[in-house]
Amino acid sequence: MSHSGGFTSQDSATKISVGDAITPEDVSASSAVASDETARYALLLGDDCLILAQRLGHWISRAPELEEDIALGNIALDLLGHARFFLTYAGSAWGKTEDDLAYFRSEEEFRSCRLVEQENGDFGRTIARQLLFSFYTHELYQRLVRSADTTLAAIADKALKEVDYHQDHAAQWLLRLGGGTDESKRRMQEGLESVWPYLEELFADVEPTPTLAEQEVAVLPSSLRDAVLTRLSSIIEESGLEVPASKGAFGADRSGRFSENRGFILAEMQVLARQHPGATW
Amino acid sequence: MAETDPHAPADQIPDGGVVTEDPADHSVWPLWEVFVRSSRGLSHVHAGSLHAPDPAMALRNARDLYTRRNEGTSIWVVPAAEITASDPDSKGGYFESSKGKSYRHATYYTQSEGVPHL
Repeated sequence: MSHSGGFTSQDSATKISVGDAITPEDVSASSAVASDETARYALLLGDDCLILAQRLGHWISRAPELEEDIALGNIALDLLGHARFFLTYAGSAWGKTEDDLAYFRSEEEFRSCRLVEQENGDFGRTIARQLLFSFYTHELYQRLVRSADTTLAAIADKALKEVDYHQDHAAQWLLRLGGGTDESKRRMQEGLESVWPYLEELFADVEPTPTLAEQEVAVLPSSLRDAVLTRLSSIIEESGLEVPASKGAFGADRSGRFSENRGFILAEMQVLARQHPGATW
Repeated sequence: MAETDPHAPADQIPDGGVVTEDPADHSVWPLWEVFVRSSRGLSHVHAGSLHAPDPAMALRNARDLYTRRNEGTSIWVVPAAEITASDPDSKGGYFESSKGKSYRHATYYTQSEGVPHL
């Protein structure tokens, strides 16, 4: 697969280069074709990023400070980038584009977890959701870089650098809100309590992960559980807050059957592409 | 200076346009100045300013605001209140007195014979 990108010689007028990194276009232009199973795995990873990017985008112009608008917007765009990689690669198995998969699949065809589908709530709840998801994806991509599938490994390598920052952003806010005022502590704790039941679904060995994990293509979700929980518990304790004791919510199979939110998110995200098929700008 | 609105135009602020934010006022995050170094060997250059609650967050906000397009390899953040700046009104005394003093420039001096490598 081509990693050239072709950007290095195209310096902008300010002499700042775009920098060389793998792009979704590289994945699309490469001859790499995913198997049906690998594509279904890529779709599962990509859908999480796509839905969370859509959720986070809602914060733009609504965050507590302008600086935070931009921080959350940057993170949303990073996640959208990861979704583009995974969906582009998934589409290679079925002759579909990233847009076909993002805009023209129905609610029950999405594989996203309920954690990313949860409403933003207040800033504390959004940070709690960010904390759980970024700690999970960091562990996941750290292992996925060694995947036998070189395209998945290359995507994980690119995403890992960005998730490293997402993790730091969430942890810094957790420490500040946990060590802040009575109100910030209360809200941050409530945020953790509200998203914690959806953590367990991330570690469910849903199809096709067990088969692909045997072939060393995928990371077995349940193998991430201990590392993620240990690191989450440690940072939450450091913040002076309590690790929620709640059990996982029922129906942890990424089927969407138990999520009330997915349909509303998709309606908002897909409406333009569906009303004006093929529109460009 | 709790009565000073930090967002008011400079000419409406008393004390010559110097904005002093009240450190006891936690409703507004303090202002930080951001310096970015674009590559090794170059110096840090002032990129702009931002608001942040503390140094660690200022650094992260700076990364988000000023290095989004691959501009930097290093960032400094400095509390704006810690910077002592020259007064724009005393431009004459500060900067114009150095004009016309050609003897302060190396080109003023003629090259002496018999001194090689100058």
